[in-house]
Amino acid sequence: MKQFITFVKKEFAHVLRDKKTLFILFGMPVMQILIFGFALTNEIKNSQLVIIDNSHDVATQQIITRIEASRYFETEKTMMDAHEMESAFQEGNIKMALVFPANFNETLLHENKAQIQVIADATDPNTANMLSNYVSSIIGDYQQDLNKTMEVPYRIIPEIRMLYNPQLKGAPNFVPGVMALVLMLVCVMMTAISIVKEKETGTMEVLLVSPFKPVLVILSKAVPYLFLSLVNVISILLLSVFALDLPINGSLLLLFAESTLFIVVCLALGIFISIKTDSQQVAMLISLMGMLLPTMLFSGFMFPIENMPMPLQVISNLVPSKWYYIIVKSIMIKGLGFSAIWKETLVLVAMTLFLFGISIKNFKIRLA
Amino acid sequence: MKETVISTSALTKRFGDFVAVNEISFDVYKGEVFGFLGANGAGKTTAMRMLCGLSIPSSGNASIAGFDVYRQTEDIKKHIGYMSQKFSLYEDLTVLENIRFFGGIYGLSNQQLRLKAEELIEQLGLQKETKKLVGSLPLGWKQKLSFSVAVIHQPKIVFLDEPTGGVDPVTRRQFWDLIYQAADNGVTVFVTTHYMDEAEYCGRVSIMVDGKIEALDTPGNLKKQFGSDSMDDVFYKLARGAKRGE
Amino acid sequence: MRTIRFLLQKEFRQIFRNKTILAMIIVMPTIQLIIMPLAADYEVKNINLAVIDNDRSPYSQQLISKITSSGYFKLRGFDASFNEAFKLIESDKADLILEIPAHFERNLIRENEQKLFIAVNAINGTKANLGGAYLATIIRNFNGELRTQLIIPPKFNPIPQIEIVSSNWYNTHLNYHIFMVPGILAILVTMIGGFLAALNIVKEKEAGTIEQINVSPIKKHHFILGKLIPFWVLGNVVFTIGLLVSYIIYGIAPVGNLFVLYGFIGAFLLAVLGFGLLISTYTETQQQAMFIMFFFMMIFILMGGLFTPIESMPLWAQWIAHLNPLSYLIQVMRMIILKGSGFRDILPHLGIVMLFALVLNTWALFNYKKTSA
Repeated sequence: MKQFITFVKKEFAHVLRDKKTLFILFGMPVMQILIFGFALTNEIKNSQLVIIDNSHDVATQQIITRIEASRYFETEKTMMDAHEMESAFQEGNIKMALVFPANFNETLLHENKAQIQVIADATDPNTANMLSNYVSSIIGDYQQDLNKTMEVPYRIIPEIRMLYNPQLKGAPNFVPGVMALVLMLVCVMMTAISIVKEKETGTMEVLLVSPFKPVLVILSKAVPYLFLSLVNVISILLLSVFALDLPINGSLLLLFAESTLFIVVCLALGIFISIKTDSQQVAMLISLMGMLLPTMLFSGFMFPIENMPMPLQVISNLVPSKWYYIIVKSIMIKGLGFSAIWKETLVLVAMTLFLFGISIKNFKIRLA
Repeated sequence: MKETVISTSALTKRFGDFVAVNEISFDVYKGEVFGFLGANGAGKTTAMRMLCGLSIPSSGNASIAGFDVYRQTEDIKKHIGYMSQKFSLYEDLTVLENIRFFGGIYGLSNQQLRLKAEELIEQLGLQKETKKLVGSLPLGWKQKLSFSVAVIHQPKIVFLDEPTGGVDPVTRRQFWDLIYQAADNGVTVFVTTHYMDEAEYCGRVSIMVDGKIEALDTPGNLKKQFGSDSMDDVFYKLARGAKRGE
Repeated sequence: MRTIRFLLQKEFRQIFRNKTILAMIIVMPTIQLIIMPLAADYEVKNINLAVIDNDRSPYSQQLISKITSSGYFKLRGFDASFNEAFKLIESDKADLILEIPAHFERNLIRENEQKLFIAVNAINGTKANLGGAYLATIIRNFNGELRTQLIIPPKFNPIPQIEIVSSNWYNTHLNYHIFMVPGILAILVTMIGGFLAALNIVKEKEAGTIEQINVSPIKKHHFILGKLIPFWVLGNVVFTIGLLVSYIIYGIAPVGNLFVLYGFIGAFLLAVLGFGLLISTYTETQQQAMFIMFFFMMIFILMGGLFTPIESMPLWAQWIAHLNPLSYLIQVMRMIILKGSGFRDILPHLGIVMLFALVLNTWALFNYKKTSA
């Protein structure tokens, strides 16, 4: 045990010496939480909308005024034909076009039916979808007001309540997500690189010939990163509470314990990668190129996992950050207790044991 | 008539408060094998890096092959060869590829390259290893190859920073044969070493202690001056007063 | 020129010698491009719905069956109370709760007006927004049908109707793959270029070989070019493979001009490689280079406009996004590949990216010092 502490001390010295890396390690998560916490939102606003009003009457004016008042759109009134519209879309400036036919109001009043054409740039289906919805509801509201004078019978009024996040802010979704992402990549990468580096420079040999158990040599390399990552967890949580106004609704202690568990999983994964690779470059490419996008996509904070094809849903179960994301969301946002997340916790524990198990096995094979 | 190829006066390098090289002045003549001795941390490598144009001096003057170390670093680089303490050929390239690459960037023509490569490989006895990755060669061969690559463009001066560190005695002998061969061809050799028997091979040696040159003469004269019968003893007498070191 | 040839020969040899890295450079993006778009599906379907039907009337039954047959919703359970349904939300088994109050049918007819309660798990804003909107639309339609059932239709309809005719250009079926594939390809090309370039010079620093270069009379811009060109070629290869994969697997063939596309990619790669080299000149170890690149990559990717729209960000964040080369590539990829935009359409983007390339490479060149102070 005493030896182990000596080794851990040595590792701390290494880590603390490299000020540049240290600065990045602490600065990066903080910056990212701030940037993403404030900047990322699924909401769609300020979208460029062109209005082509061929009618110029009371009704179209009223509808246009309503649309202009909405923060979803930045409107521009213009006249263009289909060809010009096509090139406007191609220039990429507009997201949607709204076309009022000639004699709109007249048709509406006399025939009781008038059409508005809505053309969306559907290269981004999400934006297209949402914008169409916004436009429909604005027009729907207008129509309802139009009919106000007339008593509409049998009205069903849906009353919608947004739980947990009434203003539909991005932070409640992205903070747990970015937390899982950043912790995972930083931990895996740091451990993997630092161990492989010793292999590359040959100092690993020196450690391995010491009377100290090889497994402990490896473990001692992971300890400083465990502490560093915990510091990161603390700073991220402080930021989300004080800068992003995202209170921790559940138990702080539980959140901390789960975070520690998650970090341990990541360290174990890093150790496994380091045992399997021989050069820093390969280790880095695996832990970054190989893991950045999958972690981002399979964690579930960007894209709903239940939408994925079955095989990918199965794969997503292998991504530790998915489970951690669920845990953080449950504790932090929903304020739930351990009984709600014991399954996820169990999965993380199993992953840790598995990764350590195969790491030790592989390590022994290498030594033999 | 001795032609001066390296000339320094009061050359100094400071890193913050630390004076790594403290006002050193000396001349080195064409065709000479000049030994640049000193304990670890005495400032040898720093001095050598300034002479090679890798590092700008803090004060003092030096000219290498007639070029100024402040303003003409790139001209200096055309006329020198350098072998650093750390092995620095590409380990993931083969012997032949390394030779061709370094020859190429020094501007050798294709024909020169072919001839030079053949000559070097024969000289080093590496005929069977030309297609092997440099990383897989034993250290001794790596060092000899490094040296050959450093003189591939027939520089006026070649700087060798502890070229024989960690190499067996037989290989060291072979290495010095290479050095003499180069010197016979008119290349000035500026070499640092820890091995005092190697100091005996040099025409003249300087001994640096704590950033200053404390002695400079032929090995024979130095031994007389310090009343010693070996360079080992001379070095010991000078260097034991050192405050720096490991 | 000859010097560059030797440098290129050396760099290419080193790249081809390390088979592991080469395989990773080629295989990893390919696999990711094949798999990732399948995972990146924003389309809101399969919204899990919990229903509390306190009425249990024909109307409430009709409404529920209308909702489930819409295809957007999956019924997760009938619950007796809101608390029970809320548990489903807590455990993520349900996204929405629809509560039909008691005497819904009776009151609707008697009082002419009745409320329905919908609660949405709004942690994920998109899903909440769209889910709520879909449900509201279905209820509105149901409402309309109910009315026509209840009222004997008068000869002439007194309520004016505005009909919205929507058309979705460039992607009629709102297919997410069409949206994601070019974007993910853009990210992959950026990662390959950025990471490799960032590691390169710093690797020579760590190995000590940079000394041997610095002590040679080699020109700085030759050296930088020697580093730039191989990765530029490699980036183009990866991009080409990516285009083929998009065509073969997803059937996405560029609508616009391929020359324009490659012209832009060429400029873009110069910018990203220049950025990588710049980082490389500022760092001492591969580890540092990697971390710094990772930091910027995260920002590039998350603020590139692929996952969340740039227009919705606060103004300061939009400024950051304007400094993000990837955001231009993602836009241009969509423009050329999906919309068939031409050279003139992308000219502003091209100009900015070329400016990036120029500034970053000049900076890297300036910051790479053969002689230290």
